[in-house]
Amino acid sequence: MTLINKVLTKNLTNLFKCTNGIRNASHFNYVPTTPDPSLGETTKMNLFTSINNAMDITLAKDDSAIIFGEDVGFGGVFRCTVGLRDKYGEDRVFNTPLCEQGIAGFGIGAAVAGATAIAEIQFGDYIFPAFDQIVNEAAKYRYRSGDAFNCGSLTFRATWGAVGHGALYHSQSPEAYFSHTPGLKVVIPRGPVQAKGLLRSCIEDPNPCIFFEPKILYRSAVDEVPVNDYLLPLGKAEVVKEGKDVTLVAWGTQFHVIREVADMVEKDLNVSCEVIDLQSILPWDVETVANSVAKTGRLLISHEAPITSGFGAEIAATIQKECFLNLEAPITRVCGWDTPFPHVYEPFYLPSKWRCYDAIKKMINY
Amino acid sequence: MVLFLKNLQRLTTIVKRSKNSDTFRLKEFSQKFLGYRHAEFTESMNFIDSTKDKAIPIYRITTSNGEFLDPLQDPKFSKNEALKMYKTMTLLNSMDKILYDSQRQGRISFYMTSFGEEANHVGSAAALDPNDLVYGQYRETGVLLYRGFSTQQVMHQCYGNEKDIGKGKQMPVHYGSKEINFVTISSPLTTQLPQAVGSAYAFKREKSNKVVCVYFGDGAASEGDAHAAFNFAATLKCPIIFFCRNNGYAISTPTDEQYAGDGIAGKGPGYGLHTIRVDGNDLFAVYNATKEARKLALQNKPVLIEAMTYRVGHHSTSDDSTAYRTADEINEWQEKDNCIKRFYQYLLSNNYWSEEEDKKWIKEARKEVLTAFNNAEKVKKAHPNELFNDVYHELPKHIKKQMDEMNEHLKEYGKNYPLDQHLPK
Repeated sequence: MTLINKVLTKNLTNLFKCTNGIRNASHFNYVPTTPDPSLGETTKMNLFTSINNAMDITLAKDDSAIIFGEDVGFGGVFRCTVGLRDKYGEDRVFNTPLCEQGIAGFGIGAAVAGATAIAEIQFGDYIFPAFDQIVNEAAKYRYRSGDAFNCGSLTFRATWGAVGHGALYHSQSPEAYFSHTPGLKVVIPRGPVQAKGLLRSCIEDPNPCIFFEPKILYRSAVDEVPVNDYLLPLGKAEVVKEGKDVTLVAWGTQFHVIREVADMVEKDLNVSCEVIDLQSILPWDVETVANSVAKTGRLLISHEAPITSGFGAEIAATIQKECFLNLEAPITRVCGWDTPFPHVYEPFYLPSKWRCYDAIKKMINY
Repeated sequence: MVLFLKNLQRLTTIVKRSKNSDTFRLKEFSQKFLGYRHAEFTESMNFIDSTKDKAIPIYRITTSNGEFLDPLQDPKFSKNEALKMYKTMTLLNSMDKILYDSQRQGRISFYMTSFGEEANHVGSAAALDPNDLVYGQYRETGVLLYRGFSTQQVMHQCYGNEKDIGKGKQMPVHYGSKEINFVTISSPLTTQLPQAVGSAYAFKREKSNKVVCVYFGDGAASEGDAHAAFNFAATLKCPIIFFCRNNGYAISTPTDEQYAGDGIAGKGPGYGLHTIRVDGNDLFAVYNATKEARKLALQNKPVLIEAMTYRVGHHSTSDDSTAYRTADEINEWQEKDNCIKRFYQYLLSNNYWSEEEDKKWIKEARKEVLTAFNNAEKVKKAHPNELFNDVYHELPKHIKKQMDEMNEHLKEYGKNYPLDQHLPK
């Protein structure tokens, strides 16, 4: 598996360079974030450099912090840990044997002993061997010990989401599996500005966190990112664009899809959309979404993961209860189909802007 | 002649070249691939048939009557030390009997005894530093007691009452205490092994002079997490002792259905672990081996100890072990290799203890256990709100809302719930 993994990764990284902008042109358009000016001086960073920067800040501040996983020593297959081993030493940034359950268990133990542990799972698709350690152990450590022990200083980072040609095992969005696990926090950024602030918050948060990094954005998303340290709140959604007819909710890459859809329907159908980046899957920001839906009366949720029992179902059920009297059309979910993630059929699998566009059209005419 | 010379020359070149290439390859294989172990080529096609190998020997220093075979290896416990060990083992034994029976009477929901394994708990615990961190499986109650976990704390935990350190969240026998550096036990087997390695790595970086000791059974060693832990400990050079209690059974599964190799110790060298197999019913051998293992661990050489013992009791109160093994087998072990009796002989021969003192102590121990038991039974459970605490460090909004919802519900329907067993808000 490793070898295949590595070869694929290399190819993926290379393919990125040549196909980026061609194959992905139809998938989404990245719109950079302008950070809060109060955060001070900024510099250009893409998603992987902003993540690298967040970890650099952590290692500099906190001597107990360690970063480990498969191939992180030389800089990582997506370059997220480049330069950190040289800067902080091989006892702080190091490779582990190729074993996800080991990485997770090791990280929990380091956190139990008081260290800040940042564990990398090379692809979200390969987090499942660690599922037992994450769900039965990390998530329940504090609860089951009556707060005598905890692994709150542990953060998992894993790459996530569609990448154009990743097929079954380099494309998955496993957040819903973890959203069903009390004790965890699950966070997904939409670009470099959010990635740095949210990853820093995950690392500082006194609870075990899973931070999913949309790998298609590693190189393609570029923001002006504040140079200094800053934290963005966990459990908070961001209303990125205000509107009055429909609320659109997504996270990660899919946020950029619905943002573009908002422009399309505004222009074509004269429909005004409120666009929300959920950012935190667990705990999620019910209030922000409910307030928006109370105003617009319509809700569309979109995610790459399969629709059945996807996180959209949780949002739909909750908002239906909170906003029953405000809803003017059924809550609509535009998601991946209930199939494994396919290779050559990816353009037909993804909840494309055209599928979202059509769904909004139907909601408005309901 | 010329042809012959030419051929000879060609041959020598080939030999020279291959020698050159052999030197290169053996150096590469040895250093890069095999951790500096000396590698050689061989032209004889020999498969290693491990079933023909002798098993790793079982280190012991006393006979099953407690006589020293090698008096030089006597760790020479002082009277106090020896009595603390003996009293821990016998107290555990009394407690096991009482709690086992109380489960049968339905007074607690579940229990697991340590019958037959008391010596490996106490012998290893005594060889550790109290600051060393311990991770257990669930059958290491002797380690807790030796470190100062009181019978009262045991009872509170088994009752899940308001005074339980774990706040009544887990099943009985899932002990843990920050104060004595014993990480709270959880039911999923073997998950504690890679965690123990992570803690050991953190200790190494802190230069804290602490090691981690992690206990597990022969069945647990089959889980993937055991493989992960052995390999991580060795490659990341962690100060850790893996302590395997091989007691012959994983519930009903005998070891020949658990593994086909040379036990658990047989796996150690394959991972590059320092490895020893000890007689788990010989407290002295367990003590000596653990003491030495601790020294090795402090040099960042991880150690695997396999303690050979026998599970005298049932797996748990939910198991009747005579369904898969004979009562004769159990009796024979108890008679021929009783670890507590073995240590008792040592106390007598050193004039540390007498029969009268023993009788008196056993009575006292029973009394202590019964008093703690009765105390715990009287303590109420925490208010049901406690069920929502400690999921996270903070109480998130959505969980707070659910707590309020439960309380609203109890206002009207409280009489249908066992509220009288719990403290008021």
